Amino acid sequence: MFGKLSWSAIPLDQPIPLITSVVLILTILGVLGLVTAKGWWPYLWREWITSVDHKRIGIMYCLLGSVMLIRGFADAIMMRSQQALAINAPGYLPPEHYNQIFSAHGTIMIFFAAMPLVIGLMNFVTPLQLGVRDVAFPTLNSVSFWLTASGALLVNVSLFIGEFARTGWLPYPPLSEATYSPGVGVDYYLWAVQISGVGTLMTGINFVTTVLKMRCPGMTYLRMPMFCWTVLAASLLIVAVFPILTATLAMLSLDRYFGFHYFTNTAGGNPMMFVNLIWAWGHPEVYILVLPAFGIFSEIFSTFSGKPLFGYRSMVAATLFICIVAMMVWLHHFFTMGAGAAVNTAFGISTSIIAVGTGVKIYNWIFTMYGGRVRFSVPMLWSLGFIFTFVIGGMTGVLLAVPPADFLVHNSMFLVAHFHNVIVGGVVFGLFAGIDYWFPKAFGFRLHEGWGKAAFWFALVGFWVTFAPLYILGLQGMTRRLQHVNIEEWRPLLDLSLVGVGILIVGAVCQVVMLVVSILRRDELRDVTGDPWDGRSLEWATPSPAPFFNFAVMPNVQGEEAYWDIKLRAVESQQLSPEPRYEPIEMPVNSPVGFYTAFFATVTGFALIWQIWWLAGLGLAAAFAGFVVFAWRDVHEFHVPAEEVARVDRARRSAREALLERLGQQGAAT
Amino acid sequence: MARRAAVGLAAAGLGGCARGVLDPVGPVGADDSAIFFDALMVMLVIVIPTILLAFWMAWRYRASNPKAEYLPNWSYSGRIEAVVWSIPILTIMFIGGIIWIGSYRLDPFKPLPSKSPPLEVQVVALDWKWLFIYPQQGIATVNQLVVPAGTPVHFSITSASVFNVFFVPRLGSMIYAMPGMVSQLNLQADRPALLFGQSAQFSGDGFSDMQFQVRSVAPAEFQAWAQAARGAGPMLDPAAYAQLMRQSQRVSPVTYGGVDPQLFQAVATQAIGPGPGPQPENPSHSGREVSTGGRR
Ligand code: HEM
Ligand SMILES: [Cu+2]
Repeated sequence: MFGKLSWSAIPLDQPIPLITSVVLILTILGVLGLVTAKGWWPYLWREWITSVDHKRIGIMYCLLGSVMLIRGFADAIMMRSQQALAINAPGYLPPEHYNQIFSAHGTIMIFFAAMPLVIGLMNFVTPLQLGVRDVAFPTLNSVSFWLTASGALLVNVSLFIGEFARTGWLPYPPLSEATYSPGVGVDYYLWAVQISGVGTLMTGINFVTTVLKMRCPGMTYLRMPMFCWTVLAASLLIVAVFPILTATLAMLSLDRYFGFHYFTNTAGGNPMMFVNLIWAWGHPEVYILVLPAFGIFSEIFSTFSGKPLFGYRSMVAATLFICIVAMMVWLHHFFTMGAGAAVNTAFGISTSIIAVGTGVKIYNWIFTMYGGRVRFSVPMLWSLGFIFTFVIGGMTGVLLAVPPADFLVHNSMFLVAHFHNVIVGGVVFGLFAGIDYWFPKAFGFRLHEGWGKAAFWFALVGFWVTFAPLYILGLQGMTRRLQHVNIEEWRPLLDLSLVGVGILIVGAVCQVVMLVVSILRRDELRDVTGDPWDGRSLEWATPSPAPFFNFAVMPNVQGEEAYWDIKLRAVESQQLSPEPRYEPIEMPVNSPVGFYTAFFATVTGFALIWQIWWLAGLGLAAAFAGFVVFAWRDVHEFHVPAEEVARVDRARRSAREALLERLGQQGAAT
Repeated sequence: MARRAAVGLAAAGLGGCARGVLDPVGPVGADDSAIFFDALMVMLVIVIPTILLAFWMAWRYRASNPKAEYLPNWSYSGRIEAVVWSIPILTIMFIGGIIWIGSYRLDPFKPLPSKSPPLEVQVVALDWKWLFIYPQQGIATVNQLVVPAGTPVHFSITSASVFNVFFVPRLGSMIYAMPGMVSQLNLQADRPALLFGQSAQFSGDGFSDMQFQVRSVAPAEFQAWAQAARGAGPMLDPAAYAQLMRQSQRVSPVTYGGVDPQLFQAVATQAIGPGPGPQPENPSHSGREVSTGGRR
């Protein structure tokens, strides 16, 4: 009846997961109770859960990503403290638990923290920057989000029911085959990633279509803000490589569930094939994460230098170049598998060629500051911290791309330091910068500056104190994923790294405090103009928070910096453009189909993990039924009456007039 | 140093001291780390000025600096663009040269030049220990590798279960041990030394102790050791090998006085099937029963 599921799946004998789960469940119950007691359910259901507004979905993505970032960080704290404690000692986490933690850490950070945050900002910003009212497929967008949330939920369920994979974030066979990992851990991994992967693929399709097809009048390709270009490049990569991930994991599932032999030891299976395929997805994946971050930095460098981006066209070229070459380098993750010298040479060189595109970008950002008026606001601090950190991460990446050098440090702590160097220094710093930058557009008030700066400095210092020792440990021969350490000499650096984690914790606390303080003091921090940073692209033409239809009338773009041009014209003529004729707007109606599908996807995933076949069948059928009902619906859109549009836009215009007056006075003063 | 090494050894209970890949004791490690340094230097020449330039630019053009001119529309310069593309391209051409030459020169499969013929060692990665077979000497060891200093060693490496990586940091290049496949690696220790070897690819619960002692000794001493080992102690017969294939952790070094000369072949071609994986009835099996997913 219940497949493999039995009471022994609950970790009653293991205090750490047990206590964590109990606390977690109580917290969730508490939140649900509060929502019920306050009667917030109708609001949540109407305004968020069933919303197909790209801004709402973007915010929910960011919320999911932030919560998962904290979960992943908790794993990281456990790993670093275990290694510091387990030097010639067992530490407090036995292997079967420690191995789940590092596997969960990697999986959560990549799939459920970094991806949702990146996709969240993509969602929030892209339509605004393109001057349109929504993405190409709004309901599909909601389905994407809820499927991602479903995957995240499954990973967290594994904490309480059963176990998670103990194979690393990329489950290499044969270790991940049923013979060597008979438990449900790998199955949790497989279904969590598969379900969210479908969501991500649909996001990719959605955003390729949005950027290619949904630009406002005058927004030609070469007038798009840099962020939109990077969104396009990342989405193209998603469309190109997520099917590989899905297929590869499907093959592993067939091996595990039905005794196929794609990657098994025996009967002609080839585990190396898995390694090739997973990296054919895995390397492009890191660029899916970092390209949008590059886009964020481009926006920030230009805005906070008060200048257009330097070498816009060469930035576009570098982005597309990286997008293409990213798919031709995957073998650098296993130079040490003994492919011949010719193969290693080819992939070594193609890998280092990517660094050319990245290098060009770095110089273009630097020259964007040239002749500028650089304001060191929080987003700009993250961006400068990024240049410093990322350049070093890129450098160690190039060292790893030299096969004989990689022969010494592959899979070592040096490698761990490299990819955290680029992912934390590149992606995470970029996300924090982006969140600080676009927060006012989402919520109508800025984040507190002092706490933001504190968070930045603790993160920067904490990052280096944590990871610089790992570079050295790698050179001392320490390999990754050790549950305990047999070599006393590594103690000082492991301790130092733990100190770094302590600093990072302070940084994380600062972020939380920043959020709380900002909410409490939101009236002081209110952004009344809609243009808090003296921005240059169209999102700053809207009020903060942006109305659900984004633009009362479609903007008409005249140059490379859409909003900057409008603003200049207004300041020169000391008046806004004449009031347009307002017309009713058609907007997509809300839809519960995303939530509904994800609910049954979760049920199906859980059933497949525990091999409860009837439930899996039921879940699939129900999810499919949802699609059918959705496909037959008659009402797709509703009208926003012209008076309502006019009301919202007149408020915006009066705020702009006040801004204009202020700018005019400033202009007169200087 | 010897004292430190001895202390380290006592502490580790395993042998070898922790000094790493940049302190090689053989030609392969020396070449690898030389290449590492060459590439590092090339990169630093460009990375350090870049970082300084970034900070200088940000500081010079800070909004509060009245001396810096403001060029609100300046966003293109063909000359700077040319430089901006050339610098990374030139750097990468240098690095590309290093990659090309290095990959060929340090191909792990390539025999090392030497007057003495190489010592053959066959390596089998097991759950979770290393088996070393000396076909020329007719002996085998577990978690202990003895090699003659100054003589190249030719390793043939496979796995009897999951992926592992054979890695002796101070000897140089690592390489994967994969089931059903044989990788080759040529290394040499230049002088007598006590080194530490490990698996550099996570392979399951016992991975952290999947480490071994490497003793590089004078050739005569090696001969004496091999001679003494031969015929003494346990034999690596099929029963003993079947026992080895079962999962076990923290395995102390063992020397076998005799071994089937076809054993490695049989493992690599999977004539002998792969290791059984976790067996709940195995006393060294750790972890919760739920790890078998209710399958008993
Ligand atoms: C600037 C150019 C870069 C180069 C030349 C480079 C090179 C490499 C190489 C050669 C490896 C494999 C090393 C090994 O396994 O021994 C590697 C690993 C990795 N890199 Fe990079 N990298 C670069 C940028 C990035 C960026 C931008 C990201 C992410 C945003 C990234 C994320 C990773 C990750 C996640 C791994 C290892 C994953 C694992 O083994 O679990 N790298 N990099
Ligand atoms: Cu890669």
